[in-house]
Formats: sequence, C-alpha cells, structure tokens
Amino acid sequence: MNSATANGTDVSRTKRLVILGAGLAGTMMANKLRKELDAERWEITIVDKDRDHYYQPGFLFIPFGIYEPDDVVRPKTDFLPDGVNVIWDEVQRVEPEENVVLLSNDRQLPYDVLIVATGTEPRPEETPGMKGDLWYKDIFDFYTFEGATALSKKLDQWEGGRLVISIAESIFKCPVAPLEFAFLADAYFTEKGMRDKVEILYVTPLPGAFTKPIATKFLSKLLEEKGVKVIPEFYLEHVDNDARKLVSYDEQEVPFDLLVTIPVNMGADFVGDSDMGDADDLNFVPTNKETLQAKQHQNVFVIGDATNVPTSKAGSVAHFMAEVLVQNVLDYVEGKPLSASFDGHANCFIETGFGKATLIDFNYDTEPLPGKYPAPFVGPMSLLKETRMNHMGKLAFKWIYWHMLLTGRELPVTNHMSFVGKQRPEEPPKPGTTNSAKRDGVTPVTARESESMEVVA
Amino acid sequence: MEATIAGTTIDVNDEGYLTDPSKWNEAVAEAIAAEEDIVLTDKHMEVIRYLREQQEKGEKLSVRRVGKSGIVSIKEFYDLFPGGPLKKSSRIAGIPKPVSCV
Repeated sequence: MNSATANGTDVSRTKRLVILGAGLAGTMMANKLRKELDAERWEITIVDKDRDHYYQPGFLFIPFGIYEPDDVVRPKTDFLPDGVNVIWDEVQRVEPEENVVLLSNDRQLPYDVLIVATGTEPRPEETPGMKGDLWYKDIFDFYTFEGATALSKKLDQWEGGRLVISIAESIFKCPVAPLEFAFLADAYFTEKGMRDKVEILYVTPLPGAFTKPIATKFLSKLLEEKGVKVIPEFYLEHVDNDARKLVSYDEQEVPFDLLVTIPVNMGADFVGDSDMGDADDLNFVPTNKETLQAKQHQNVFVIGDATNVPTSKAGSVAHFMAEVLVQNVLDYVEGKPLSASFDGHANCFIETGFGKATLIDFNYDTEPLPGKYPAPFVGPMSLLKETRMNHMGKLAFKWIYWHMLLTGRELPVTNHMSFVGKQRPEEPPKPGTTNSAKRDGVTPVTARESESMEVVA
Repeated sequence: MEATIAGTTIDVNDEGYLTDPSKWNEAVAEAIAAEEDIVLTDKHMEVIRYLREQQEKGEKLSVRRVGKSGIVSIKEFYDLFPGGPLKKSSRIAGIPKPVSCV
C-alpha cells in the first residue's frame, strides 16, 4: 500500500472527511458514514450555518393551517451522531486545489474528502420587483419557514380575488409542491365557503403543468377539474408592484391580487465564489449523474439539491442518492473504482386536497407511470391516481422522516426505481411491433433488475 | 420522417427537429428560420453556433444559460426568436428539442 496516495490509503495519519450542510442529505451522510468509516482513521466534520432542522415537506401544509410551525422544526443536533464534529459557521469559499474549506474569519478546515450537501434556497431578489413593497403583504413564498407562516396569516384573513401561483425558473426544489399548493388552495377556499370569490391561476415557464407527458396529462386534468387555470411558457422577467402584475420576457402580463411565488432557486453562494458552479450561474455543482462525484474534483462528492444532476430536487432523491454515495465514498477512500450508480430515482406524494393524494415514482429514463407502488407495511399505493391511502402515506412520512430517514436507518424501499406494479398506458402500436400482454388499455411493465432501465412492453 | 430542406433530404422528427445535428448547415438554418418567419442575422447565427457548441459538449440548455452566454440577454433572445426562443433556436440550430428534467 502506498502511504502517500491522496485518496485515503495513507495509514500514517487520521484522514478528514468534511460534510458541508447539515440538512437532510448531509445529516444522512454523517450518520451512515460514521457507522462505516473506522473512527481511528477517519475524522468526520459537518458544517452548517443554522442550528434548526426544518421538515421542508411540511411547509406546504402551514399556510392552510394543517400543520402548525412546531410540527416542522427540531434542533439539528438531535439527529447528528456521536463521533462527528459539528461546526456552526458559514462556508465562505472552498479551495478545491488546496483541499481546504475557508470559514468565517479566515478559519481553515482542510479535508481529504469533501461532501457538498448545501442544498438550494429561494432567491426572490433575483427577480426585479419580487422582494419589493408587496413582499409578505401580497407576495409570499412558501418554501421557507418565514414565508409559509406569513402566508398562513394572510390566507386566514384574505377575502378573495385573484390568486396567482407563479414559478420563476424551470429548475426548482420539489417540482410538485406548487401543484399541491394549487390543489390545497382549491380545497381550503371551498371548505371556507368562498371558492366562488377566488380565481386560481398557475403560471409556469414550463410547457405545461408538469414536464413528463403521462403525468402532465393526469395533473392537467386534475387542475381543470378544480378550476385552476394554467398559463404555460410564461418566463417571468419582473413583478410590477404598482400595477400588481407579473411581466414576462416577451411582455405577457398576468395581474394578481395575491401572489404566491416560487422564486429562482440557487445553490449556496460559496459554490459560485469557489468557481465550482454551473454555467447557468445557479450555483449547482456539476456532478457525475451516476457516481455523484464532482466533475472537476475527484475527492469532492455532491448530494441532494446541491448537484446539477437531471432529476428532481427532493428529499426522496437525496435519500436514494445517499445509499449510492456511501458506497462510492467507501470505494474512493479504499482506492477502488466507484462501484455504485445512481439512476435518478425520485418518489413523490402529491397532495390533491380533500384528504386525498397521488403518488409518482420515476428516474432518469422512465417517466412517472400509473399502476401500483409496492409500499412496505401498508401494502401497495396507487400511482397517478387520487386515493386516501396516499394522503395517509404523505402524513405518515413526517414520522418516518424524523425517526428513521435523518438518522440513516434503513428504509424498506428499493433504492433503484423498480418496474414492479407499473403500467404503461397503451400507445398506438408502432409499425412492425405487436403488444401481446394488453389488458384494459394498459400494458403491464415487466419487472426487471435495475441494471437495465429499458421498458419491456 | 424525411423532409426536404434547402433542397436536400434530411431526417427530422415529428416536430420538425433534425435527428442528426451533423446534417445541419447554414442553408438548412435559413430554410427552417424562414418557416418560423425569422430572417437570420449575424446575431442569430452567433446564438445558433453557441447552442450547437453547448449541445456537442453534452450541456443541458436553458433560456437562462443563453442569457448568461455573453452573446445576448434573455430579453434580446426573446426578441430574436419570438414566441419560444429556446425551442425555435434549437430547431434552427439543428439540435434536439430541449427537455425539462422534472
């Protein structure tokens, strides 16, 4: 064994693994890696600027009074394991060529292996006029604790008018949450007996309600049933506070009385300041979408919302990534080729109002399909179909999150996306092909091992 | 399917995007642009070459990225290709239709 290799086979000194960010992804990695890495040989340090851990999926429920603020916040230290150093400080910069993280007051934190898990956050100030006079008066976000709680007070008193849900940029965290907000708003105002006083508009830069065709069809129909009007391909340029309207780059205008915005999402500033960011200037780290290694630096790994990989920015994705990344970090420190591969797996409950929800499950290659999802304990859940069971699943997830997910306990779900239970809606057969297993207008998707993501129809 | 563009037969998909970017040339660009009622200027071509370079490098394209390219602002991008700048410019550039990844 070479005692001078950079990747951790040097046994002469304790090696340093540094995790930036103690959100869901960073906390899971700290818990999992502390179990796997020899404490004599590997020191683990995690850095975060804030001490509160927020259950972010719960922010959606706060404006409608379904969750109280206390439901969604716990101290981060409750979930970090013994044997991990914790530094409460803001990362100023990383010098990846020098293998050092710079904290405030020029404090240096050297590393042998770095894991970037600093997520993404809304940046309302990126859009002119968004954070102006109307901010938190008639314009709100709900992806932050402050925004969700302020909006809760507003909705409680609001007498109705034109509610506009506006998405500023095509890449943003939890891409189904704005749809859920629209569905829950419809239910909320209906239950308050004032739905006839509220017009709900959904304004998006995307070509439709969602990006993938089968789910878009399902979700568009649901929006229509609930009286939510979709304005697609609207790329927001600025918010006019005086005239109370959204203005797009091609000068379309949408007036509002109450604006619920999903602002531009960006990664942490230090990513850009360290020259580690993407060409979109959104501060997401260019990352190998299979190994989760940073494209520019072999000893830097990236997980969760901080990556630029082409799948949803969501907690379920961070969870599936964590399984892969633990293996690859272990391979890396032992000087082996990285053996685990992430398939882009995402799994999201979509709350649809009135005590129901739907569920989608997909990856890089396979769009969300209808059928059944084989959930542990409770039995199969329905994909792309509204059920009470899915709603119960969404609510039960809060317990799983606090008690199992964060602390890195194994969840009994498959890491790679599985085709078990999924059904592909029948398409017109292509010339020269035949479908032999048709039933009720759907074609069962043959279950396969995850090495191959081809759909066998 | 096949289409005749600028006098040559070229494979396109059902939305009129070239299936093979290497079959592209400036005459093809001008012919597709004409279908979109766009007369190509040097500025258009600068954007189109940038898109082709990025696509060749395997980069994901977005309106925002074009706005950060130093060639045009997002506003100017919309002015050059009114209606759907990224979709239209990609078709004229002979590269696949840009997709959102959820």
